[in-house]
Amino acid sequence: MKKILLVDDEPNIIMALEYALRKNDYDIFIARDGEEAITLLKELKPDLIVLDIMMPKVDGYEVLTFLKDHKEFQNKIQSIIISAKQKDSDIEKAMNLGAKDYIKKPFSIKKLVNIINKLLNSNT
Amino acid sequence: MSKLGLIALIFIYLGLLFLIAYFAEKNKGSKVISHPSVYALSLAVYCSAWTYYGSVGMAATSGVEFLTIYIGPIIAAPLWIIVLKKIIQLSKVYNISSIADFISLRYGNSRFLGALVTIVCAISIIPYISLQLKAISETFELVTNSLEGIEGTSMVTDSTFYIALILALFASFFGTLSLDASKNKTGVMFSVAVESVLKLVFFLVVGIYVTYFIFDGTSDIYKKASLKLNVNTLSTLDGLSAGINWYFSIVLSFLAIFLLPRQFQTSVVEFTNRKQLKTSIWLFPLYLLLFNLFVVFIAWGGLLILGVNVNSDYFTLLLPMHFGDHWLAVLVFLGGLSAVISMVVVSTLALSTMLSNNLIIPYGFLKKLTKNRTSSSNEKMIKRIRRISVFVSIILAYLLYSSFNPSISLFTIGLISFLIIAQLAPSFFIGLFWNRGSALGSKIGIILGLLVVGYTYLLPFFTENVFSQNQFVEKGFLNISLLKPYALFGIEVLNPVNHALYWSLLVNIAAYLLFSVTKKGNYRERNYGEMFVNSEKAVELKENAYVWKGEAYVEDIQAILVRFLGYEKAEKALRVFRKRYDVNPSDKLADAKFINFSERLLTGAVGSASAKILISNVAKEKPVSLIEVLKILEENRETISVNKSLEEQSQKLLKLTSDLKSANDELKIQDQLKDDFLDTVAHELKTPITSIQASSEVLSDSEDMPLELRQKFLNNIIQDTERLNVLINDILDLEKMASGRDELTLEVQSLNQCLAKAINGISSIAKRKNVQVKFLTETNVEIKFDNSKMLQVFTNLLSNSLKFVPETKGLIQVQIEEDSQHVYCKITDNGKGIPEEDIQLIFKKFYQSKNQTFKKPIGSGFGLAICKQIVEMHKGKIYANPNIKKGAELIIQLPKLNL
Repeated sequence: MKKILLVDDEPNIIMALEYALRKNDYDIFIARDGEEAITLLKELKPDLIVLDIMMPKVDGYEVLTFLKDHKEFQNKIQSIIISAKQKDSDIEKAMNLGAKDYIKKPFSIKKLVNIINKLLNSNT
Repeated sequence: MSKLGLIALIFIYLGLLFLIAYFAEKNKGSKVISHPSVYALSLAVYCSAWTYYGSVGMAATSGVEFLTIYIGPIIAAPLWIIVLKKIIQLSKVYNISSIADFISLRYGNSRFLGALVTIVCAISIIPYISLQLKAISETFELVTNSLEGIEGTSMVTDSTFYIALILALFASFFGTLSLDASKNKTGVMFSVAVESVLKLVFFLVVGIYVTYFIFDGTSDIYKKASLKLNVNTLSTLDGLSAGINWYFSIVLSFLAIFLLPRQFQTSVVEFTNRKQLKTSIWLFPLYLLLFNLFVVFIAWGGLLILGVNVNSDYFTLLLPMHFGDHWLAVLVFLGGLSAVISMVVVSTLALSTMLSNNLIIPYGFLKKLTKNRTSSSNEKMIKRIRRISVFVSIILAYLLYSSFNPSISLFTIGLISFLIIAQLAPSFFIGLFWNRGSALGSKIGIILGLLVVGYTYLLPFFTENVFSQNQFVEKGFLNISLLKPYALFGIEVLNPVNHALYWSLLVNIAAYLLFSVTKKGNYRERNYGEMFVNSEKAVELKENAYVWKGEAYVEDIQAILVRFLGYEKAEKALRVFRKRYDVNPSDKLADAKFINFSERLLTGAVGSASAKILISNVAKEKPVSLIEVLKILEENRETISVNKSLEEQSQKLLKLTSDLKSANDELKIQDQLKDDFLDTVAHELKTPITSIQASSEVLSDSEDMPLELRQKFLNNIIQDTERLNVLINDILDLEKMASGRDELTLEVQSLNQCLAKAINGISSIAKRKNVQVKFLTETNVEIKFDNSKMLQVFTNLLSNSLKFVPETKGLIQVQIEEDSQHVYCKITDNGKGIPEEDIQLIFKKFYQSKNQTFKKPIGSGFGLAICKQIVEMHKGKIYANPNIKKGAELIIQLPKLNL
């Protein structure tokens, strides 16, 4: 079972995401901010991380940077950004840091699940 | 006093004056020598021996009439200063060095007019100088008690002659230090000022001596005089005719203060700064007043003690001598000598400048001067001409003096001088204010005026005094009574002097106006006419005010300048000129500006007429139409005003640009803030929407979802909808307050009640969360505030605290403190506190929600920003106490007054 780490400080969003992804047979872990996310990344080494940008303490960009800077995670953990930030510059920044996709909030859960499915299945 | 002793004293005194002048010339810049009062005192050269001795004589014989000569300048002082300012301004710009130059330039560098004015001045001044010499000689005779007086049997043995020569030496030495006659003669002027002080002091001393030592004060003299003398005729005006005579005499003296060459020299040529006029406007009239303080009393005293059979002119000498106080007589004599010296020196100086620059050079030496190769030989020659002029004038005066009839009083000769010089008045004054006045009008006016003076005053004066015949005066010319010289056409109310003044000025003015109107002057006259009348503009325009058309080479003109000014001075002047007008040094043809500039430079050295002639020798001048001349000032005025307004406009534009730039910067910041705000708002709105969308999607896709979970998702949707609602209201509130559209409803009321209400509002949530809320203050505090707004603030802060306090053992404390000016509401909790770096930031509208390290569990993120707005609308402050270690303390400070 593929492991997915969900990182967002909005519990209601996490809750819906968690439910939808579990239904698609993924092993779901949750972090409430970037700091927590990095700890869990090291422990769990998930296949994919769904990441919000604007979070307390350590933001999404920093998490991406962490992934990029550590060889053991590079190309092993895929990342998808979900963010209310919608400026081109924000998107570009995330993509440059290695994000596989950038989903603007609000989004359709079905669409997100499809993207995740595609990413994780093409790799196997 | 012995004759030799007095002669020695005179020469010592003259030597001292030489030293003073020399010292002043060496220390030009020093405070004392450049003090404005030196200028004002040098104006007192007006008070010559005529004043010093003559006014006492006049007071003794004709009463208060003597006063007119001094009252004229005193009453006219304000007007005098105004007109003088204009004259000074013009003279300084055009390097004018004498009244002849002034008039000649006004009428288009007229050579003839310059010469005419010079001759008028010479006729007027030389007898005047004789008068001064006569005074010295006569007073010398009195003081030494020698019958033959200072006069020897011939010129060679006559001391007066030697005194005159020394004065000539003095004037020629200090007067020709600089070639440019319009330059200041500091040495001479300072010695004149010193002499002015001396003569006044000595005169006051003798006045006090007569009034308080010989008599017992003024009332004593008056009492005795009213018993013995016909005081009424001496102290009052005698009817209408006397009144009219007074009036004319005052006019005469007013004209003299401008026109006498020595006055023009001291007031105009020697002028250096505005302070001098400020001082003169009070000091000069005061000087004249002081001078006349004791005149009447000395005159009456003299009449009472010495009787009418002695020369009343010399009461000031005779009275002390009568009482044996010879030392005082010597002092008075020295005072008189001072008056004479200053008058003679300044007059001959002025006269010599005129003679050389306006008569001798333009009519005889110009060709020779232009042929001279070097500037130094020219300078030498011009200076020599001036020096010779000085000597010639003084010697002429001496010769005239030695042929004087001793019975003619000082006052009479003085008046002749005034009468003649007054003939310049129409050309001088009308020309200053009327641009049509022409050279022809001026020439004919002056000549006719002089003829009338000759007929109505000089001729009868000579027939009576020299030939002792009365027929001409009594019967008139060819026995026609209408032509009686003292009562022309039956006018008998005026005394001879005023009668002559009346007719001569009438004829003079009439001729001036008539010929000016009927025959137009040439363009040059009109050009200078415009420049003199519009002096302010002309001064502003400088060389631009002058129209000239023709062809001239810079090189030729430059050669003339070098020849007359010397290489260095000419080069320096050219540099200044080029800089002022941004002229290309390689330009070969001279323009009107350069012509005018060069003429002006030369005017100081050789006079205005010669300057014009010199330039026209090397320039092919073409006639300019009158219209062009008249237009030039108008146009230049316009150009200048256009330039000025353009300059102002560009200044304004510059300012506008910088204003716009800063406004733009401000807008950019605002724009950035707005962007941030919108971003934040969008983000805050999108979060709950995302949640709602995700939850709904999950719900709609999962029919098999357990009921409990379904309920949880539904609750989430409700919660997020509520959150959206709060957010939208907050945004609207904030916008309303930020744009100033929200107003406070202020009322004096209890702050405690408001707080209590807020606590009550959150109490149910607090109870649910098991949080204790304590209100510690019991004393009631009443201030002015908006109840619902402050309630919003308190509620917001309390809810905030509620979010942060721990679930158990939560504690929120509320208290009110006050000092003399403020009330402090403190809301303290035992929550997790505010990170140190965020203490300053939590109230910032945009920053806060962006800075995710301080993320609210629930809420819009605008709450504190709104609180801040409301408190600030109350002119208060809201801040977090930075000194709290555990938990947080938010403080609202509200003013007690000022709302």
